[in-house]
Amino acid sequence: MKTVKIGLGTCGISAGGEKVYKAFQEELNQHAGAFNLKETGCIGMCYREVLVEVSNGDGSAHMYGEVTPDRVGRIVEEDIVGDATIDEWLVSGEGREVGFFDKQQRIVLRNCGIIDPGSIDEYVEKGGYQGARRALTQMTPEQVIDEVIKSGLRGRGGGGFPTGTKWKFTRGAPGDKKYIICNADEGDPGAFMDRSILEGDPSAVLEGMIIAAYAIGAVEAYVYCRAEYPKAIARLRQAIAQAKKNGFLGDNIFGTDFSFNIKIKEGAGAFVCGEETALIASIEGKRGMPRFRPPFPAQSGLWASPTNINNVETYANVPWIILNGGDRFAAYGTEDSKGTKVFAMAGKVARTGLVEVPMGVTINEIIFDVCGGIIDNKQFKAVQMGGPSGGCIPAAMCDIQIDYQQINKTGAIMGSGGLVVMDENTCMVDVAKFFLTFTQAESCGKCTFCRIGTKRMLEILERITAGEGTMEDLDNLNELSEQIKAASLCGLGQGAPNPVLTTMKHFREEYEAHIKDKKCPAHVCSALLTYTINEKCTGCTVCATACPTDAIFGARKAVHMVDQNKCIKCGKCFTVCRFDAVVKD
Amino acid sequence: MAEQTAEKFKTFNVDLWKYDGQAGALIPLLQSAQDTYGYISEKAIDYISHITGIPSADIYGVVTFYAQFRTKPLGKYVIKVCNGTACHVNGAKNITDTINDELNIDYEETSDDGSFSLLSVACIGCCSLAPVILINDETYGRLTPAKLRKVLRSYKQRVKKEAQTEAG
Ligand SMILES: Cc1cc2nc3c(=O)[nH]c(=O)nc-3n(C[C@H](O)[C@H](O)[C@H](O)COP(=O)(O)O)c2cc1C
Ligand code: FES
Repeated sequence: MKTVKIGLGTCGISAGGEKVYKAFQEELNQHAGAFNLKETGCIGMCYREVLVEVSNGDGSAHMYGEVTPDRVGRIVEEDIVGDATIDEWLVSGEGREVGFFDKQQRIVLRNCGIIDPGSIDEYVEKGGYQGARRALTQMTPEQVIDEVIKSGLRGRGGGGFPTGTKWKFTRGAPGDKKYIICNADEGDPGAFMDRSILEGDPSAVLEGMIIAAYAIGAVEAYVYCRAEYPKAIARLRQAIAQAKKNGFLGDNIFGTDFSFNIKIKEGAGAFVCGEETALIASIEGKRGMPRFRPPFPAQSGLWASPTNINNVETYANVPWIILNGGDRFAAYGTEDSKGTKVFAMAGKVARTGLVEVPMGVTINEIIFDVCGGIIDNKQFKAVQMGGPSGGCIPAAMCDIQIDYQQINKTGAIMGSGGLVVMDENTCMVDVAKFFLTFTQAESCGKCTFCRIGTKRMLEILERITAGEGTMEDLDNLNELSEQIKAASLCGLGQGAPNPVLTTMKHFREEYEAHIKDKKCPAHVCSALLTYTINEKCTGCTVCATACPTDAIFGARKAVHMVDQNKCIKCGKCFTVCRFDAVVKD
Repeated sequence: MAEQTAEKFKTFNVDLWKYDGQAGALIPLLQSAQDTYGYISEKAIDYISHITGIPSADIYGVVTFYAQFRTKPLGKYVIKVCNGTACHVNGAKNITDTINDELNIDYEETSDDGSFSLLSVACIGCCSLAPVILINDETYGRLTPAKLRKVLRSYKQRVKKEAQTEAG
């Protein structure tokens, strides 16, 4: 019998996946028993959602993209009943989506988009909980830690601290009760790796936590997940309940004397709570403000007990490492950076979605070979890595490898895996302003330089994008950046100037164009644009009515014009036009 | 509707009475209160303070620190504009301007008739459809100002009809 699998990660649902699922269900009512209907997580091809995979009894499968409810009837009729694939809707197969999976290496995403995340049986069938079983029944905690050290795994939450070493510290720290925390706060506004992992394969994260707990000697754990991820939280709850039922969580796991439980804490929306000490304060029910380190959480964390905190992706790697050995993991990557990294691809790239590549591939390979290059064949300008604490890497430098050191050299950071691609239509000053607006709003207010310094920097950027900047402003930005970096307690403040510093370093001419020529070369900053009206105008007069300075004139039912002397560039006409006839240039 | 509220009301009270002095319970209690009433009223703060013994001022400090908590109720249709990086790069600003203009509300505001509230969110996970907004649970993607106006007007129509049926 054929099986129909529908991608119901958040990306699939946003594209209308649940309606497609319902349509298949209705078909199933009419053709009772004609096929199996299942759901799965995100396979990574978010740009082709809603994705529907049809697999035959013999294991062969093909996938349809951009499925809508009204396409479901034909898929059932022709493919499932009639056994003829509908070629024009396929995404997989000969000559399609060339290269998307070729350079990928799936360790973290091994089950995402393949298994039903609601079924622990499917996870177990794919080798799930074998890693935990091996660790608990055949290895000592020290051996587990050694294996993780050997793998070279470094934290995937942004800091890149060696995971095995952190475990060793926490194991060695004095204290009766120890805790494990999984950081699923994912606050970077352009990133969705952790969410997709939790939605697509929650058990892998739980298994990693169980192994970590055994290695460290912890008895209790929290997953701190942002409340904006309801689907991920639901999946986690389900996976925890099933693991308990199967004896993978609770007392005497695998018949050993090791007992362990995992609870979920929902975050309440504060970027700074992704910082480990702030996160711990938040779990304790307080305002999520970072504190000075040391002591590190490994020494004194949750309720002042030794606490090991790792990121979602870090934990998801662990079962694979225990099962396949640290050496096999370390075989991927560069001298400095081992294994794979998941990236959330967004922005002006043809294939947006989730990819996992071995460390050591170049940024260009990810953008062009895996993700199909830039949309509409526009000119590739830069990538932003590391979110609000990261930076922009210009296109000319994108032949560097995915490697912690090489990326740091550009002024950006590896970060947690958000990779935003920018083209000729992206204004780098505007991007810097965007990130600074974000960090400024999210600064917890504890450190003066972070609280007020970012505000001053933002004001300068606002001036520059409004065409009122001076060359002196650039020096002030540099000076403020140095001070904020030096005088902030946590990574939020220390990293906040990075988007500004990297764009000033690599795209100085764009800043100068804003300041000296009063021009935005990418045509983004509205105050520096000229508004005109093209022949699409129907003469409906809406823009003329909306214009606060009466700068628009023209007869009813005739193409209107803008009087540039009166125009204050507020952009109102652009937003009111129902015919896309107002052009900014 | 009334029944559902009563049902939910119960859950908040149960969560509250189950409180047994364990530290760290404040945020889940506030989340439960907000799930029940849609926002956190002064009364709810006092109520929680009374039971947990945490001073109201401290609770208020926590409420205002986290973006999730609201101290005012939301409108019937909640519009969430994605201001994540991908949506920003793809023109979220035009989207915001258009909503400001069409509905006359800014972020964190609710229209006078209580029909629409406007919120900003970071990445809702369909960057490929950028720029994106959510109206309640419905996603609208690849928006232009013109397309968005049509969507907003259809909601305004809906509000009008609903008001008529309620009145009639
Ligand atoms: C402002 C700020 C935000 C952070 N946000 C996150 C986050 O959302 N997710 C995450 O895993 N780590 C985040 N981190 C890093 C954590 O503090 C911590 O280093 C990490 O969770 C450790 O796990 P790892 O070693 O597995 O990376 C953030 C750090 C800072 C300074
Ligand atoms: S940035 Fe808007 S959906 Fe991701």
